[in-house]
Amino acid sequence: MRNLPAFLYAGLIYGFIFLPVIVLVLFSFQESRVPVPPFDGPSLKWYDAFLSDDRVVEALLNSVIVAMASSAVSVVLGFLAAFSLARHRVRMGGLLQGLLTAPLTVSYLIIAMGLLITFNMLGIPKSLLTIGIGHVVINLPLCFAIIFSQMGAHQANMERAARDLGAREWQVLALVTVPLLWPALFAAFFLSVTFSWDEFIIAFMVSRFEVTLPVEIWSMLRTGLNPQTNAVGSFVFLVSVAIVFLLDMVLFRKKKT
Amino acid sequence: MAIDLPRPRGESLRAWGFLLPALLWTAAFFLLPLAIMAVYSLWRRVGHKVETDISLQNYENFFAKSYFYESLINSLEVTVLVTFISILLAYPLAYTLAEKVPSRWQRIALIMAILPFWTSYVVRSYSWLLVLSEGGIISNFLLDVGLSSEPISLANSRSATVIGFVHFFVMLLTLTIFANLVQLPKNYRRAAADLGAGPLRTFIYIIFPLTLPGIMVGAFLTFVLCIGDFITPAILGGKRELLLPQTIMLQIERRSDFPSASALAMILMMVVSMVYLGCARWLRLDRL
Amino acid sequence: MNALAVEFRAIGMSFGTKVAVKDINLSVQRGDYVVLLGPSGGGKTTLLNILGGFLTPTAGRVLIDGADVTDIAPAKRPTTTVFQDYALFPHMTVAGNVGFGLKMQSLPKAEQSPRIAQALEMVGLAHLAGRRIHELSGGQRQRIALARALAVEPTVLLLDEPLGALDMKLRRQMQEELKAIQKRVGTTFVHVTHDQEEAMAIADVIVVMNDGFIEDLGPPERIYLRPASRFTATFMGESNLFDGKVTAVNGDRLTVEAAFGQFEITGPGEEGQEVCLVVRPEHLSSSSDENRSGRQLLLGQGRIEETGFFGTHHQCLVQLAGHGALIRLRLPQRAAPQIGDSLELFADPSDIAVVPR
Repeated sequence: MRNLPAFLYAGLIYGFIFLPVIVLVLFSFQESRVPVPPFDGPSLKWYDAFLSDDRVVEALLNSVIVAMASSAVSVVLGFLAAFSLARHRVRMGGLLQGLLTAPLTVSYLIIAMGLLITFNMLGIPKSLLTIGIGHVVINLPLCFAIIFSQMGAHQANMERAARDLGAREWQVLALVTVPLLWPALFAAFFLSVTFSWDEFIIAFMVSRFEVTLPVEIWSMLRTGLNPQTNAVGSFVFLVSVAIVFLLDMVLFRKKKT
Repeated sequence: MAIDLPRPRGESLRAWGFLLPALLWTAAFFLLPLAIMAVYSLWRRVGHKVETDISLQNYENFFAKSYFYESLINSLEVTVLVTFISILLAYPLAYTLAEKVPSRWQRIALIMAILPFWTSYVVRSYSWLLVLSEGGIISNFLLDVGLSSEPISLANSRSATVIGFVHFFVMLLTLTIFANLVQLPKNYRRAAADLGAGPLRTFIYIIFPLTLPGIMVGAFLTFVLCIGDFITPAILGGKRELLLPQTIMLQIERRSDFPSASALAMILMMVVSMVYLGCARWLRLDRL
Repeated sequence: MNALAVEFRAIGMSFGTKVAVKDINLSVQRGDYVVLLGPSGGGKTTLLNILGGFLTPTAGRVLIDGADVTDIAPAKRPTTTVFQDYALFPHMTVAGNVGFGLKMQSLPKAEQSPRIAQALEMVGLAHLAGRRIHELSGGQRQRIALARALAVEPTVLLLDEPLGALDMKLRRQMQEELKAIQKRVGTTFVHVTHDQEEAMAIADVIVVMNDGFIEDLGPPERIYLRPASRFTATFMGESNLFDGKVTAVNGDRLTVEAAFGQFEITGPGEEGQEVCLVVRPEHLSSSSDENRSGRQLLLGQGRIEETGFFGTHHQCLVQLAGHGALIRLRLPQRAAPQIGDSLELFADPSDIAVVPR
């Protein structure tokens, strides 16, 4: 086994990567009030506790709403912009492309602060809407970049063929461009959902009464280590993993055909 | 090639129509806030009011008060340390995944490597608190093995912050380096061997230089995400030293001093921009 | 010094249950330009990889310069390769690439530079030494790859479809250049291609491979004019095949009987053997052809079904009475063949090759 050292090393790193996740999930089944050894479970009482905690459940629903809505807006705006820049000659196209992807290189903290100051100045009340606006700011560049990179010359030729055969512009978009780009649109949407779902600092800064799950978890942390926090965290983890696997299966099957 | 065909009239107007929503959004909720923040950083908070005459007072304060500039130095130290440790840990893993793992296992190995990425990012730091805190897994383990005589806490320290960060960025760098490694044509390796290079020299002269773009892209992302992150140090770092994002949050939350916070944010942006300019050459090299 | 640069002894290579090459015995003379020719999947690239050391054969031995190198790593073999995609290192300059092998030999810097310059001069690109790889055109890259491989002065140079990525005109030009360079340096070249025109243009010896076997081996003229097998006859250029039967053998003179009569030709065969008669399109002539000479054998009466002008000649497809497949035939530039024209087809028996059926 010449590769043994390499595999041992990989095993160690995997151990490091998985250690906190395993501890998190394991002690979510803790019986007693502190999620530290010795383990005295398994018990589902902390899952029960958080599912009957209205604030947590509401935050969960808020997170879903914000993630879905902001991702949908990001994909639509990103798609239109990508279509425009990839298919038309626009003056200063390179510059506009740079502008649209610029938010990727700015810390979320700075984006959050800028939005907070702006909303305060304009007197816009902090709500789920303001969180959603912030999430579109960070996800739009991502969606644009993903979709733009998938709009190759090959597709441009198919669109030209459709126009040549008499399709109107909206028909070209609906019948050729979107179906061809479907995997990219799908990937962009779900990546946005997971980013929004996980985002803390913007949601924290531009929210007040209605909060998303990460913000709720943050306030739960103030009470110190608590198996209920483990339960919420594990729940979020398992849901995300399920979504990732689903996405992977759908996209992977898509590629094969 | 296809781009140069003549286009129907009215194209350019339509193109702008498609582009406008995204541009407006970016202008209104990204550019405008940044501009407002830049202006704010030149204002001053006096008592409970904001003075709107232009001054560099906030920037002067940054260099005058150790409380401010030390948090930037802390941030830079932590970020550089995290970036280096993450590269050192990620490279061998990416290499193992790309070179030693049979290709049908690569996919599952990669998915496994980034699985913890899908825990919420607040929860990830909290999980490390569970592991590192007094009475936690590590402390318990050391007691059991007899390496320490009383419960110890590794949490609330710079080390804990670094561990929390490294955990995340090892996954990220593994991905960028792996992606770079697998897209290297196999024949580079063969050509090097053919011309007399053994495995070690092939790595030093060919493989490593050609994976620098992957390393640099990953390192840049690590730097940007790490230096701007508030959560990890807030949960794991304790109160003895603050990083720049924590200082910024304190200005907002405790003192509602937006001008000062804006100035600190502008400084953070400038640091990131300088690093970007420094790396720009490398970040484009992957087009080769 | 050994007269044989390369010797394959009973080489076999299988990947799992798939047999890539089987029981190959082949000797390459020092200084020869050898072309391994065949369709993809024929085993020629496998054989080249075995010679370069990138594959270890599952059976047999490989000798270079009389020494057994079967178990020696590519880095330690006196071979270098020009890869199909060139595999030029993108992070080094042209000079860095060409000098890489010398650097690996730990040659002092002072000795490296003249050798690099010399190698670059040989391919006519000395002025590009400082350039980066992505600044070069396809043809230039090809030459740099050649210079890099030759700089270390290998015993055998391997070329894996080196001209495959070039357009037709550049490819023909590079063929001449490759051959000229090979004659100048005198190194043994082993070149893999599926392009039979390329093979004929540059090879001293062509090795035709199919299905893991050597079908034929010899100088281009021999391979083309006297193919050893039906596969070679059809793979190398165009040919018309007729069924025949050997009725008598007298030394290497055969008496063959075919649909169009009995006649004598030269070739291998046994009495009573069923054979294929190979007639190249350019060896057929028609009754309307004025300047034909020699003994002509009438193959029969035919009707032109299709015709096309190829510049140097007219290519026609002719339906020959009593023959299944259409016959390919070349008519002179000045002939004006029309579809439906009928003509008589003649061939000189000395141009007809015979191969086992």
